[in-house]
Amino acid sequence: METKSIMIVGVGGQGSLLASRIIGNVLLSQGFEVKVSEVHGMSQRGGSVVTYVKYGDEVNSPVIVKGEADIIISFEQLEAARWLPFLKKGGHLVTSTQKIDPMPVINGAAVYPDDIIGKIKAQGVDVIAVDALTLAEQAGTSKASNVVLMGVVSKKMQFEESVWQAALEQCVPAKFLELNKKAFALGRAAE
Amino acid sequence: MKKLMLGNEAFARGLYEAGCKIASSYPGTPSTEITEEVAKYDEVYAEWAPNEKVAMEVALGASVAGARSFCAMKHVGLNVAADPLYTAGYTGVTGGMVIAVADDPGMHSSQNEQDSRHHAIASKVMMIEPSDSAECKEFAKAAFDLSEQFDTPVIVRMSTRVAHSQSAVELCDRVEKDLIPYEKNIQKFVMMPGNAIRRHPQVEQRIEDIRKYAETSPLNRVEYNDTKIGVIAAGISYQYARDALGSKASYLKLGIVNPLPVEIIKDFCQKCETVYVIEQLDDIIETHCRKNGLNVHGKDTFSLLGEISQSIVREKILGETAEFTEFPENVPVRPPVMCAGCPHRGLFYCLSKLGVMVSGDIGCYTLGATAPLCAMDTTICMGASISGLHGFNKARGAESEKKSVAVIGDSTFMHSGMTGLVNIAYNATNSTVIILDNSITGMTGHQQNPTTGKNLKGDPAAAVNLVDLCHAIGIKSVRVVDPYHMAETEAVIKEELAKDEPSVIISRRPCALLKYVKHNPPLKCDHDKCVGCKQCLKIGCPAISIHDKKMTIDHTQCVGCGICTEMCKVGAIG
Repeated sequence: METKSIMIVGVGGQGSLLASRIIGNVLLSQGFEVKVSEVHGMSQRGGSVVTYVKYGDEVNSPVIVKGEADIIISFEQLEAARWLPFLKKGGHLVTSTQKIDPMPVINGAAVYPDDIIGKIKAQGVDVIAVDALTLAEQAGTSKASNVVLMGVVSKKMQFEESVWQAALEQCVPAKFLELNKKAFALGRAAE
Repeated sequence: MKKLMLGNEAFARGLYEAGCKIASSYPGTPSTEITEEVAKYDEVYAEWAPNEKVAMEVALGASVAGARSFCAMKHVGLNVAADPLYTAGYTGVTGGMVIAVADDPGMHSSQNEQDSRHHAIASKVMMIEPSDSAECKEFAKAAFDLSEQFDTPVIVRMSTRVAHSQSAVELCDRVEKDLIPYEKNIQKFVMMPGNAIRRHPQVEQRIEDIRKYAETSPLNRVEYNDTKIGVIAAGISYQYARDALGSKASYLKLGIVNPLPVEIIKDFCQKCETVYVIEQLDDIIETHCRKNGLNVHGKDTFSLLGEISQSIVREKILGETAEFTEFPENVPVRPPVMCAGCPHRGLFYCLSKLGVMVSGDIGCYTLGATAPLCAMDTTICMGASISGLHGFNKARGAESEKKSVAVIGDSTFMHSGMTGLVNIAYNATNSTVIILDNSITGMTGHQQNPTTGKNLKGDPAAAVNLVDLCHAIGIKSVRVVDPYHMAETEAVIKEELAKDEPSVIISRRPCALLKYVKHNPPLKCDHDKCVGCKQCLKIGCPAISIHDKKMTIDHTQCVGCGICTEMCKVGAIG
């Protein structure tokens, strides 16, 4: 099988590390070779963060380059726009509709583009936009929007739901498991 | 059993399986998790040392005692530990000694992009480099065997993408290693001139012996495919090349990066038509090839700067580029910022308002240099804030002393700041030093340090009392402030700057991300009161923005620290 690539993008602190661990465990359980590449340290402090997940029969480079991602999962609209060039032609973009102003916008040095999702769709890209934050809050905490998005993405991938449930159980501490299962279900039912 | 593991986690597993007994490190991205992970194995004693030099000396001491020992650091940490490294190269070891050094090409979280291989060459110490998590584990284990076989510390060079990528690792059992009996050996371990002069030829002989070993070692391997293109690479660069070129090229994958073999490289170059050396940062393998009369491509094709990737290899060697879609408008950058509720924010706002020269240091608080606070003038390396301020004030005199401060975190102060403070007291400048005590090592992801009262395992430990320590150093004026109270903080800074003596201000408030820190409910802006004056934006809080000329607070980020309420002249925030 040709190597497949999934990118998870967002703002430092939104929980992309947990999301990548869940997907990584799903893929490992299906017998693929898997690489998951994360960024730690300074860029995690509210900066633009990206995590790469690659899988297939053989995976070499752990990073994803422009035009290579089969799926981009974005936790924030501006980040979807930023990382759009990494999407392969015919790839899928799953994005939360959440907006977080970056410091240059807060300072007035730059403007947050309007209608980002519409403009990306106008480029012929398949976009699935979900209000993951509201769904996460319905599940019990705004912090679970990462798992809501996992629920959305699970429908774009060929694996059984039970495989995802098993990965959730592996990656989420027991006391938060019910909440995250609810968030996942809301994501899976979205759209 | 196969498990998905970070390179750093797999490295720790290798240490465990190899029977490592002692680990001592100072945190530094991207090396930190190796020591955090190895601490989870009860069979291994692991600690956070105050700095990398101490850590390496602890590891060497444990090796002399007959234990397999380990220390980890980031690339710049190896500069701090260079002193023991270069002489440990002379003494050699008793129990195997492994040093992990993590380079950060692309500077994801570092102040420079140095190539640690230079240290291995200069110290004449063996260095090996893994390229994925499975190799991290295997190389860690091999490093101990090689260390004992060749009587040398062995450095394992990591890089950001290897350290922070997860891939599958096969787990094995630990093989317990008994302590090697201790025997006093003055000629080997007392490095005074008369002894060291007899060790040096052994060092030269050893590096030649390891070079011979490298010619046949399984750590170096050749993969022949199409021989029109030959690639010589180590570590992550090999993965990029393999990704880009697949079976269109042949590969010489080097696991041993110091010393480099000669014969297998010559043989490979003879068998391939065009040979590319693909290496991140400096041209070390390339220079070695040229020194041995081999005509290879290297930095004529690839950059000395930043990271390589499969797309760069594909473009440079095959001339292929990928198709992609651009967003049709300018996308504003999103640089890292201090978190909402960060205790450093209030302090930096005061410094920004006072317009003083700020001699900065390494940590989350380096973000005080970014807009809108812009309250930092210099950042060089761990500890340089305090010593640099002393030099600045000696050069510019008494006027400068009233208009300048150093800022340094609690962990960085313990690492190498306090010697600078000794210098201020001893050599007398009326400098003002601010210790940003957030009760943790923040930037690297919350590690304990000698001021926090806990050790690496989270157990209670002796805590350095910063106030007493500063007094003992000879600083009489030591004040403690809460940076959430900006008016008081500003007043104290002004008072200490005015004094004709050196002073220390401890700006104390735990990191807002610490689990035990209780947050207040998010604040709200009363839009009937808000006049849209934008004063609140001056503190650079990521939770605050202006929409339709009114301030809004992002409830998902706000932790209710309240410093924005001090900025609001109309009392709209509550």
